[in-house]
Amino acid sequence: MKFGVVQFPGSNCDDDAYYAIGSVIGQPVEFIWHQSEQVSGFDAIILPGGFAFGDYLRTGAIARFSPVMKAVSGFARSGGLVLGVCNGFQILLEAGLLPGAMLRNQRLRFLCRQVHVRVENTDTPFTCAARPGQILKMPIAHMEGNYFCDAATLAELERNKQIVFRYVHPDGRDAGPDDFDANPNGALHAIAGLCNRERNVVGLMPHPERAVESALGSADGLVILRSMVESLSRAENRIKSAPAAERIPA
Amino acid sequence: MIDTEIKVTPQIAAEHGLSPDEYARTQKILGRDPNLTELGIFSVMWSEHCSYKSSRVHLKRLPTRGPHVVQGPGENAGVVDIGDGLVAVFKIESHNHPSFVEPFQGAATGVGGILRDIFTMGARPIAVLDSLRFGPISPGADAGNATTEEIARNRSILDGVVRGIAFYGNCFGVPTVGGEVMFEPCYSNNPLVNALALGIARKDELFFARAHGAGNPVIYVGAKTGRDGIHGASLLASAEFSKESQQKRPNVQVGDPFMEKLLLEACLEAMRTGGIVAIQDMGAAGLTSTSSEMASRGGAGIEIDLARVPQRETGMTPYEMMLSESQERMLLVAERGREREVFDVFHKWGLDAVEIGRVTEDGKLRVLNHGRVAAEIPAHALAEEGPRYERPIAAPKAAAAPGAPLIEFARERADLTENFRRLLASPAIASKYWVTEQYDSMVRTNTRVGPGQGDAAVVRLKESKRALALSTDGNGRWGFLSPRLGAMHAVAEAARNVACTGARPIAATNCLNFGNPEKPEVMWQFTEAIDGIAEACRALETPITGGNVSFYNETLGKPIYPTPVLGVLGLMEDADCALGSGFRNEGDLILLLDGANPESFRSADLQVGMFSSSEYAKAIHGIVAGTPPAIDLTAEKRLIDCLVKLAAERAILSAHDVSDGGLAVTLAESCFDSDGLSAEIDLGSHDEPAESALFGERGARAVVSIAPASLARATAIAAQYDIKVQQVGSVTRGEFRIQYKGTPVIRGTTDSFRQTWSESLGKAIEAAS
Repeated sequence: MKFGVVQFPGSNCDDDAYYAIGSVIGQPVEFIWHQSEQVSGFDAIILPGGFAFGDYLRTGAIARFSPVMKAVSGFARSGGLVLGVCNGFQILLEAGLLPGAMLRNQRLRFLCRQVHVRVENTDTPFTCAARPGQILKMPIAHMEGNYFCDAATLAELERNKQIVFRYVHPDGRDAGPDDFDANPNGALHAIAGLCNRERNVVGLMPHPERAVESALGSADGLVILRSMVESLSRAENRIKSAPAAERIPA
Repeated sequence: MIDTEIKVTPQIAAEHGLSPDEYARTQKILGRDPNLTELGIFSVMWSEHCSYKSSRVHLKRLPTRGPHVVQGPGENAGVVDIGDGLVAVFKIESHNHPSFVEPFQGAATGVGGILRDIFTMGARPIAVLDSLRFGPISPGADAGNATTEEIARNRSILDGVVRGIAFYGNCFGVPTVGGEVMFEPCYSNNPLVNALALGIARKDELFFARAHGAGNPVIYVGAKTGRDGIHGASLLASAEFSKESQQKRPNVQVGDPFMEKLLLEACLEAMRTGGIVAIQDMGAAGLTSTSSEMASRGGAGIEIDLARVPQRETGMTPYEMMLSESQERMLLVAERGREREVFDVFHKWGLDAVEIGRVTEDGKLRVLNHGRVAAEIPAHALAEEGPRYERPIAAPKAAAAPGAPLIEFARERADLTENFRRLLASPAIASKYWVTEQYDSMVRTNTRVGPGQGDAAVVRLKESKRALALSTDGNGRWGFLSPRLGAMHAVAEAARNVACTGARPIAATNCLNFGNPEKPEVMWQFTEAIDGIAEACRALETPITGGNVSFYNETLGKPIYPTPVLGVLGLMEDADCALGSGFRNEGDLILLLDGANPESFRSADLQVGMFSSSEYAKAIHGIVAGTPPAIDLTAEKRLIDCLVKLAAERAILSAHDVSDGGLAVTLAESCFDSDGLSAEIDLGSHDEPAESALFGERGARAVVSIAPASLARATAIAAQYDIKVQQVGSVTRGEFRIQYKGTPVIRGTTDSFRQTWSESLGKAIEAAS
C-alpha cells in the first residue's frame, strides 16, 4: 500500500499530509511532483491544501492543467482513491472530478478555526471506519470554502448520497440559515465534503491531516485516514485471495 | 525616468536626504564627486533605516551574548542553539511607515521581508507573530480626542493590515501563531506593524551573507526587478510624515507570497546542493544593500552588470535598478564550477536564476551597465563607514503627562461589575479572535498553543521532543510615562509570558519604535529605553540577538509613544509539558503566585500613581498619568524560574500572568479559554483599595490552577524560589464571582462576560462597514 502526496508549486500542506501518513499512521508515502505524467505504483493520492500556483485567477484554476492532473484523472477513473483537502478539493472541482464550485466565504474573510462536521455517509472508502452520524472536529483554513452548485446537481448529490461531510454544531445539531457558528463559510446545505458517484474521489474543506494528534487540538481526522487504509487493505486481501486468473488486469 | 547623466550638486544631495557633511564624506571616500547613481546608493545605505546612524552608538549597550547565542546582531537574523543539533533563527522587524501609506501591501511585505531574513540563513520558517498598534477604533473614554473620521480611518487601517498579513502568511504557509493588537490615540496617524518570524535549521547547515572566493559567480534569483518601491522602506522610514505622505503610495512595495513560497523551497533545496557560498535577501535598498553588505562582510568586492538583471520593465536606469525594492529577490554567491546545480534547482521551481557578476579581490562594489561602469564605491566604506551620530539628548523639562489628574479610587464596597464589563469590552482587553482567526495558525502542524490559548505561542519541533515558545510585548503608554520602566516591563512581560507556558526564556529580539531622533527629547526616550532593555535582559538572561530600530514615527510633528516591542524566545525540554492559560477542571484550586513583596506596594501614593497608568484608568476614566508600576527584576526572575519548574514537574494545569487589566481580567480570561468553567474568588487580606487589587498591573505575578492533590507539591516548589502563594479561589461551573474583603464586587455569568469580551472587537471594526 502506498500513498502519494501531490506537490504543486504553492502547495503548503504537503509536508503535513506526508507527516500524518508517514509518521502518525505509519504507512508508506511519497511525494508526486506536479509535472509527473504518471502515478503508477500508488494506491491512494492526496491533493493537499495550500495555494497551488498562488491561487491566481481562481483557486485551483491553474493547477488543474498540471501534467499530474491528467494522470490523477486516469487514476480516479480506474478506481484509485483520491482525497482532495481544502485547495485539493478546489482543484478537484476545477478538474471536474467532483461537481460544483467554490465561492468566497460568505463574510469575505479568511477563516482558520476548529469546526465540527457530521459523517453523512459511511459507505465510502474514506469514511468506512466512522460511525454513521459521527461528529468529527477538524480545522478549516480557507478563503474560498463556500460550496455552491445548481439545484439539479444538489438534488443529484442528495439522491446519490454523495454528500459525505456536513458542517454542524458540536452536539450534532444542523446548521441553520446564516448560522456562521456552525457553517462558517456559508456553504450550500452546509456541505463540507462530497464524493463522486463511484465513491472513490472525496474532497473536503476541513483538514484531516491537521487533526491527527489530540495534543494539537483533535485526532478526529484519523478516522478518514484509517478508513482509507482499511479499504485499501481489504482490496489487497481480496486480490491476494482471488484465483490467479482474476489478478490479470483487464 | 531619472536622467543619470546630470551632474550631482549639493542641492541634489540634500534632496536625497544627505546632509552637507554626509555629502562631503561621499566625496572623500570616492576621492571625487559621486555620480547620480552613486549618490542614490549612498543615500539609501546611509538612510536612518539602513545605517542605524542615530542608534548604533546606543545599541552597543545591549547585552548580546549568552550560553545559547550562536549569532547575535549583525546578520540577517539572530541564531540560538536549542539542542539536538538544531538552532532557532528569529528576528522582529517594523513595517510601520509603509503600512500607514498602504495598509494591505505595507503589512504583507513586512511579513514577506522578515520571512526572507529567516530562510536566507538556511532556516525553514515555522512561526510568525505580529505586534500591531493602531489608533482608537471606537469612541470612548480611551479614544482621546480622536475624531469620527480618524476612528473610521483607523478601522480601515486595521482591516487592511490584518488582511495583508493574512494574505501573505497564509499563502506562504507559515502559521501566524500570536502577537498583540493594541490601541492608543498616538498611533492614529502612525500605526505600528512589527512582524517577528522564527525558523529552524540544523546548526551545521546555517548560511551567512559573507561573499568570498574571488571569481565565484554572483547569482540573482527570484522575482524580476521593476521600478516599484524605489526609496521604499529606506526613505519612507527615514522621515516624518506630512500631509503629503499619502502621495508616497507608489513607493510602497507590492508583495507576491506565492513567489516567496517558491523562493523558499528553491533556496532551501539549492542550499542542500552544497554549491552556495553566501546568500542574502534583497530587502530595503534592494540590490545596493545586498551586494555591498555581502562584499563588506566577506572582506571582498563584488562586480555586477545590471544588463543581466532580470527586469520587468524596459528602459530602467542603473539608478532605478540599484534602488528598486521589488520584493521576493535574493542574491547569492555560488562556488565556481557548481553554478549549474544551483540553476537547476531554481529552474525546477520556475524561477529566474542568472549570473550577474562575480566576487572580486579589490573590495569594491562595481556596478556595470552593458559593460560600462555606472558606479564604483569601496564596499566596506559604503556598508560600514557611514555616518554615526551622537544626537543631542535632553530629558523633557516637565513630567510626561503634566497636570494630568491622578485617579481617585472608588469608595469601599462599591460594585465594580459594570466597570469590569466595560474593561472587558475595551479594544485593548477584548478578545483578538476576530483578528487571529483570519490567520492560518495551524499549517505545518506544530502549533501546541495557538493564538489566545496561552500567554505565549508554543510550537513543537518534529525533529525533537522540545518545543519553542514566543511572545511579543510592549506597552507604549508606560513607555510614555517612563521610557526606562516601560522598556523593562516589556522585557519582563514577554519573558513571563513565555515562562507561563512552561518554557525557559533564552533570548530576545527587539523592535524599537520611536519618533524623530533629531529631537533631543525623543533621543532621551530612546537611550532610556535602551538602558531599560539592557538591564532587564541581563537580569532575565535573555540576550538581544537582533531586531530593528524604527525612527521618525511622527505625523505632523507629533511623535508616537516610545514603544519598544520585545520578542522573547523560550525553550521547553518536553513539548508535552506546554501549558495553556485556560482553567481545566471544575474543583481545581486557583493560586496567585507573587514574586515581589506585596508590602513594598502598600503606600497610598504609590498605589494611586501606579494605578493611574493602568489600562483600567485609561479605559474607564480616560486617565493616562502617574508612573508605571515599580519593577523588581529579581522577583521577575524568581517567578520565571518557578513557573518553568512547576510546568516541568507537571505540578500545575494552567498559568496566566497578571498584566493588562490586572488580576480580575487574568482570572476572567482563564475562564473564557476553558470549557465553560468559571471561578469563585475571595481576595483582600491587605490594606489596598479594591480597584487597585483587582485591576492593578504590577508585575511578577501569575495565576495558576492546580488539582487539589498537588497543592503541597506546588507550594513546596514555590517556596524554593521564594514565591508567595495565595490560594484565591477555585474553579467552578457557577457564576463568575470576585469577593473583596467579604463583599462581592464583581459577579455575573461567565457566559455574559465572555460574550462582551469576545464580540466587542469585531463589532467595533465592522460597525462602519
